[in-house]
Amino acid sequence: MLQSLRIILLKQWQLKKCRMLHTSISQLIEISVSKSDEDKLQATPTLGRALYLDAQATTPMDPRVLDKMMPYLTSYQGNPHSRTHMYGWESEAAVDHARQQIADLINANTKEIIFTSGATECNNIAIKGVARFYKEKKNHIITTQTEHKCVLDSCRFLQGEGFKVTYLPVMSNGLINLEELEAAITPETSLVSIMTVNNEIGVRQPIEEIGSICRKNKIFFHTDAAQALGKIPIDVNKMNIDLMSISGHKIYGPKGIGALYVRRRPRVRLEAIQSGGGQERGMRSGTVPAPLAVGLGAACELANNEMAYDHEYITKLSNFLIEGITSQLTHVIRNGDPVSWYPGCVNLSFAYVEGESLLMALKDIALSSGSACTSASLEPSYVLRAIGTSEDLAHSSIRFGIGRFSTIEEINYTVINTVKHVNRLREMSPLWEMVLDGIDLKTIKWTQH
Amino acid sequence: MACGQNSMLKLYRNLLRESKKWCNYNYREFALRKIRHEFRKNKIIEDPTKIQDCYVKGLQSLETIKRQVIIGNLYKTNKLVIEMDKA
Repeated sequence: MLQSLRIILLKQWQLKKCRMLHTSISQLIEISVSKSDEDKLQATPTLGRALYLDAQATTPMDPRVLDKMMPYLTSYQGNPHSRTHMYGWESEAAVDHARQQIADLINANTKEIIFTSGATECNNIAIKGVARFYKEKKNHIITTQTEHKCVLDSCRFLQGEGFKVTYLPVMSNGLINLEELEAAITPETSLVSIMTVNNEIGVRQPIEEIGSICRKNKIFFHTDAAQALGKIPIDVNKMNIDLMSISGHKIYGPKGIGALYVRRRPRVRLEAIQSGGGQERGMRSGTVPAPLAVGLGAACELANNEMAYDHEYITKLSNFLIEGITSQLTHVIRNGDPVSWYPGCVNLSFAYVEGESLLMALKDIALSSGSACTSASLEPSYVLRAIGTSEDLAHSSIRFGIGRFSTIEEINYTVINTVKHVNRLREMSPLWEMVLDGIDLKTIKWTQH
Repeated sequence: MACGQNSMLKLYRNLLRESKKWCNYNYREFALRKIRHEFRKNKIIEDPTKIQDCYVKGLQSLETIKRQVIIGNLYKTNKLVIEMDKA
């Protein structure tokens, strides 16, 4: 027992050697000790379930969406591509209706909506598809350093195929500099891919301005709107968006479905990644899952009707959360631009507190230190690094995701517990003591042994 | 007419009563908040055809809630921590 604890501690020690400057050993020990506590917690059924405050990772499905899907999961089993019988026609009509609902939300034409399995597939089709189709004439892509992993990884993959990729830096508020974008554009540029709302810090990029720059230079503009759709108004024509990725499970819809918007005028052409029956205008072969498509459509219609109401409510909760925490704690830094920002995503750094210790302490609240894809690693978020957050603050950041189904009681509970545990963890830290004594930590010369 | 003040009040009460049967805290709270909001927002409507439309929409919502409460409660989970504190 002791032996294994020592091994765990040693591993933690090695992993966090570089972080020792900023956090105390007692906080680090707590991470490994509380691991066994966690097992105990999972074994006790009497304890309540954690509150869900991770709306950026995924959202619970709206019951009204499930209600629309249920008939297609039970009674109407037809393949929407079957043209010879009524089962096929029923499903086809349902899929077409869903396509209309999605198109209405973004002011597009139904023929421009391609069903996929999710935003990751959309991003892959959009980036690889467009880049490969136009590679004879143009072989340059522009994206940003704070994109989602699937965009960055697609770009890296294309670099291996000989494409040139520019990863634009972002300013300290998380927004891109439009002048830098214009300077990065070359005659060889075929595609610009910039996400609408960032998944970790919630900043909203100036999509309309980027769109007009791209249109002026005759470059296709792709945006990953998984975190933005249904939360802020999006009009593909007004914003000059040529390709847009949509995800079902971020807008209270079912998991496993997404949609890609592909503009028809001026026409965007792309090379399909998946070969097959040529469904979805040949861009994405494979049977469209009718129940999931119906769910995505219903979620889009709800979003269209309730966007203003949800936004007002989420803003209220978000302000309550930020004010509650910052009024009771000092040295809390908000990451991301405070104005061009989606209020449902609050990313805070608690100086002199280990992010993981805090997550462990707040285990009855489902929170995350960054994107779900990278939550398994102890590495600090690359998004926070890109906006220039220092190593220690990047390690102490927590993302609070507020959604349609969050309540004021949940936020209140979160504020009380966050304040309590941050204070407790800080009291353990000798660095915090030094800060209270007025010693500037940056002036200390640390010696490594 | 089908949607006099009495039937409207009855619909309102039925909607709230059905929503309260939801085991899932977040769905229950959302439904209650949304129902109250919709009725408060639409109180000022005077056009009888519009009132009739709202009434039909309310009846449909009631059916949806009834169905979803059944499905949701078939797969219910433990209560949330904040509900435990209250109890």
